[in-house]
Amino acid sequence: MAYVVQRPELTLKEKVYLPSILSGLKITFGHLVKTLKGETKVTMQYPEEKWDASLPEHYRGAPTLVRDERGRERCVACQLCEFICPPRAITIKPEEIPAENQYAKVEKRPAEFDIDMIRCIYCGMCEEVCPEQAIFLRKDYAITGITRAEMNHDKAKLYELGGVFQGLVHKWNPEK
Amino acid sequence: MSTATANEVQLLNVQIDGVWMQFPKGTRVIEACRQAKKHIPHYCYHPKLSAPGNCRMCLIELGSPKMTPDRKPIVGADGKPEIAWIPRPQISCAQDVSEGMGIRTDSPMVRECRQGVMEFLLINHPLDCPICDQAGECKLQEFSVEHGNAESRFLERKVKKPKSVELGPRVTLDAERCILCTRCIRFMKEVANDDVLGIVDRGTFNSIACHPDRALDHNYSLNTVDICPVGALTSSDFRFKMRVWFLKETATVDTNCGTGSNITVGSRENTIYRITPRDNDAVNGPWLPDSHRLNFKYVSDERRLAAPAIRPQLGDSAPTWQQAINLAAERLKKNAGRVAVLASGRATNEELFLVSRLANAVGAVGVDILPRTGAADGMLIAADRNPNTTGAKLLGVATGKLADIAAGIRDGRITALLALGEDATKAGLTAADLAKLDAIVATDILPNATTAAAHIVLPASAPFEKRGSMINLKGRLQRLNKATNVPGNARDDWEILRDLILAISGSNGLHSIEDVFKALAAEVPALAGLSLSKIGDLGVDIALPK
Amino acid sequence: MTAALLANIPWEMLAWSVAKAVFIIFLVVLPLVSYTVYAERRVSAAIQDRVGPNRTGIPTSLLGFKKDIQLFLGGLGQPIADAVKFIFKEDFTPAGVKHFYFWLAPVLAMLPLVSLAFIPFGSTFLGEKMVIADVSVSVLGIFAVTGCGVYAIVLAGWAANSKYPFLGGIRSTSQMISYELSMGLSIIPVLMLFGGMQLSSLVEYQAANGWLLLPFWGKGLSLERWLMLLPLGISFIVFMISVFAETNRLPFDLPESETELVAGYHTEYSSMKFALFFLGEYVAMIVGSALAVVFFFGGWHLPFIPNGAGEGGLSFLNFLPDWIWGIVNIGVFFGKVTVLLIFFIWVRWTLPRFRFDQLMRIGWLYLFEIALANIFLTAAIIALTNK
Repeated sequence: MAYVVQRPELTLKEKVYLPSILSGLKITFGHLVKTLKGETKVTMQYPEEKWDASLPEHYRGAPTLVRDERGRERCVACQLCEFICPPRAITIKPEEIPAENQYAKVEKRPAEFDIDMIRCIYCGMCEEVCPEQAIFLRKDYAITGITRAEMNHDKAKLYELGGVFQGLVHKWNPEK
Repeated sequence: MSTATANEVQLLNVQIDGVWMQFPKGTRVIEACRQAKKHIPHYCYHPKLSAPGNCRMCLIELGSPKMTPDRKPIVGADGKPEIAWIPRPQISCAQDVSEGMGIRTDSPMVRECRQGVMEFLLINHPLDCPICDQAGECKLQEFSVEHGNAESRFLERKVKKPKSVELGPRVTLDAERCILCTRCIRFMKEVANDDVLGIVDRGTFNSIACHPDRALDHNYSLNTVDICPVGALTSSDFRFKMRVWFLKETATVDTNCGTGSNITVGSRENTIYRITPRDNDAVNGPWLPDSHRLNFKYVSDERRLAAPAIRPQLGDSAPTWQQAINLAAERLKKNAGRVAVLASGRATNEELFLVSRLANAVGAVGVDILPRTGAADGMLIAADRNPNTTGAKLLGVATGKLADIAAGIRDGRITALLALGEDATKAGLTAADLAKLDAIVATDILPNATTAAAHIVLPASAPFEKRGSMINLKGRLQRLNKATNVPGNARDDWEILRDLILAISGSNGLHSIEDVFKALAAEVPALAGLSLSKIGDLGVDIALPK
Repeated sequence: MTAALLANIPWEMLAWSVAKAVFIIFLVVLPLVSYTVYAERRVSAAIQDRVGPNRTGIPTSLLGFKKDIQLFLGGLGQPIADAVKFIFKEDFTPAGVKHFYFWLAPVLAMLPLVSLAFIPFGSTFLGEKMVIADVSVSVLGIFAVTGCGVYAIVLAGWAANSKYPFLGGIRSTSQMISYELSMGLSIIPVLMLFGGMQLSSLVEYQAANGWLLLPFWGKGLSLERWLMLLPLGISFIVFMISVFAETNRLPFDLPESETELVAGYHTEYSSMKFALFFLGEYVAMIVGSALAVVFFFGGWHLPFIPNGAGEGGLSFLNFLPDWIWGIVNIGVFFGKVTVLLIFFIWVRWTLPRFRFDQLMRIGWLYLFEIALANIFLTAAIIALTNK
């Protein structure tokens, strides 16, 4: 069934239209004056003023890799982040930890771990899916580069950004 | 009742989850349930092996007909016998069905049993799924989700067992993950007849081990990795290379020998990571020899031919395909009537069909395939190491005239050679013999003595890179599928042959591999009525002319 | 012969005309256009609680310094950067356009600039009247020239050989033709009251007898002029609405309504050719504002300020030389124009766009009739008061 919307009956004042224009002009002029007086402030002047101080705890910035308290890389190259990553930004090449390494018991680690920051959408799925709590989204948001290669964060860069994470995972503790 | 013959199978009435069905005598309960679409979780049971019943995962409730004191079954209101249920659970894998048997696969007791068994199995399991290669195809993971508990109640310290033990050159054991189902032990004993595996230590320290003076080096050892339901046995070759959920699985056929074992190729982004057997009872069952399954590294060899090439004095050093094909056609036409074709027993029927057309077009005086033989192992490796000798014979390409061709080349009767994926020096010719020829056109995937001597080299595709069909030694027509792409500018073999025919004799109207098979089926009576899609994943037996 | 011809050329007049044209075009209109665009962006930003372009200064950071130099207010370098960008953009001509007309259209878009020749932008300076062409029918001249502006749009829309420019061109043409009428009619009461068509003398009349909308001195205090405020007010409103429509500004920017027509008639233009359309639109705005100032707000005149000959105004101000007052009068004129330009911008960022049928209805059913009736009203008032 067609549904007909009744048009509102306009008063003479509304029909003439000019009074409405004037009230509209009044509103915009009010905004103009307020902004010029500095009473409304919406835009942050970016390079001078920065978000850093007011970033919320749950802010999702650049994904990074972390080491544990003893300097062991926590990633075991399970490739779940690579699997879950919606834009397929992550590429991992796993390798076996050589027997002479003190963490040989862990068996596996990433030989290469690349995150293409041009592709990354900062969704945080990698952090959520990681069974080892090895990948975290930190608060870095100004990820810039002049070349594509620069925007590709390799393993070394990811660990440099991530640092050490005091954590809960005790799976690799021999006592457990 | 029909007249019973001596070998007619007796059918038994069995009640599964309240539904009465009939199964032949001798059917195992677990198989009967599978046929009734009631899946029973299990670890130690494998249809091709004996059933020790040690994992306890397949527990069900069983019952037998209630009997009157004079051993007559009591019939219930529905006309069927009433069932007396055994009060404790039974394993379903080591028991055959019997008349009037009752089975419950999903009762509260059964569910509770499975939950309890899962909990016991996981007591010492390290839960290192992020590292374990089995993750994604692990029965422990699957049944844990389906039947297990979310949390562990185990407070004590887990038993530590050896990890990363090399049982043999190709198999690595992680004893902590093992659930002691003994499938591998039984496989080595019953199928491979090489009883090297066993269980050592006692109680909770039980673990799989190899005989101290032996190694698990049998050519079928990797099948233990396939049948291991958990990540205890892993392939040393595939270990930590790629997670299984990334692998694209392509159903195709092994091309290492005339058996034509069915395989699944696991590849990701144009790289092959592993090959596993594909269950086909008409060919290879669930098994595959190690030597066959590890023979895929050559596909990603960096020496692969990736662009057509011609001898520098003949023209452009980097010719286009059209230039190379035209030049090859021109050289072959010039030598018409003095051309020999060396085809390959590794080629598909479609390619061999085009080879015979091409041979007619250039007036070839001799066509044959290069034979390739080795020792048969009595199991899955045939003495004929060419996968499609039968097809070549059927299509008249395998003529047995190889010696004539070689002699013809030596005495100058033959002045041009078309080597299709084979090295002519393996056919009894020397490099000096090849140097006498006026034209050598070679297609291949890797450089060899013939491509080195060839005037025109056309890069072709490996078995994992093409579609087509082959006939194994028993006369079963099977299908190859494409798992990865050809490198660089290389092409499908049949396209190269088609273009050569086109350049020599004009249009032939073949645009796809299906067209080729259609033309093939129209000409060869044994293949009449078939198409590539009708072959299916498991293949079809065809009637070969005597 | 040649000597006689040369002797007959009024060299002094020629020199003055060239000087005035150069002054108007290069020192006033072009900078005014650039900074109107800048003002448009800053004012719209302020209205919408934003910041707007506030970064572009003198780009010393290109030379290795840490910051750009900002003059007075941030972003004043923006128009220069815009101009540089327009010049260096690729000038792309799509395949399939009608080349001659495609090139001709942006040239015609600059036509409104010619009408500035008729507008008196100052009193006198060193005895020379501050108007380039002081003809007796300057009002007709202006309407004749601005009427040609529509050709630029028609040609652009047609020559681009593309559907959106074509639709934009059609819309623009019908809109401009419709509103030209009411614009012309709305001026007639002014001319009836003044009894002439020369704009310079109209301004002088207002200087002596009160601005048409603010009749507070001279003959302006008569009953006739106070009664005339009604028709003149109507005239002013109709005139302003028509100017908005003529310049394709919101709420009448249907020819280039982005949501429907991509960019309207100049969709296919790029680089400087696009810039010429852009420029033309703002020049038309300046001409419209200048006309409103001349017709209704006394042109270059400000009470108590003497004219370029030192006449009028407060006597104690006469200690300064007269040429200074000539310059001040020019400043007053462009000051008034600037206020109106700001009003244009203010309206643009307040009102939504009309529908096309509404636009036509307003033009033909209301403004045209009102302007027509207004003429009779004016005539009646003049007839009654001059009995």
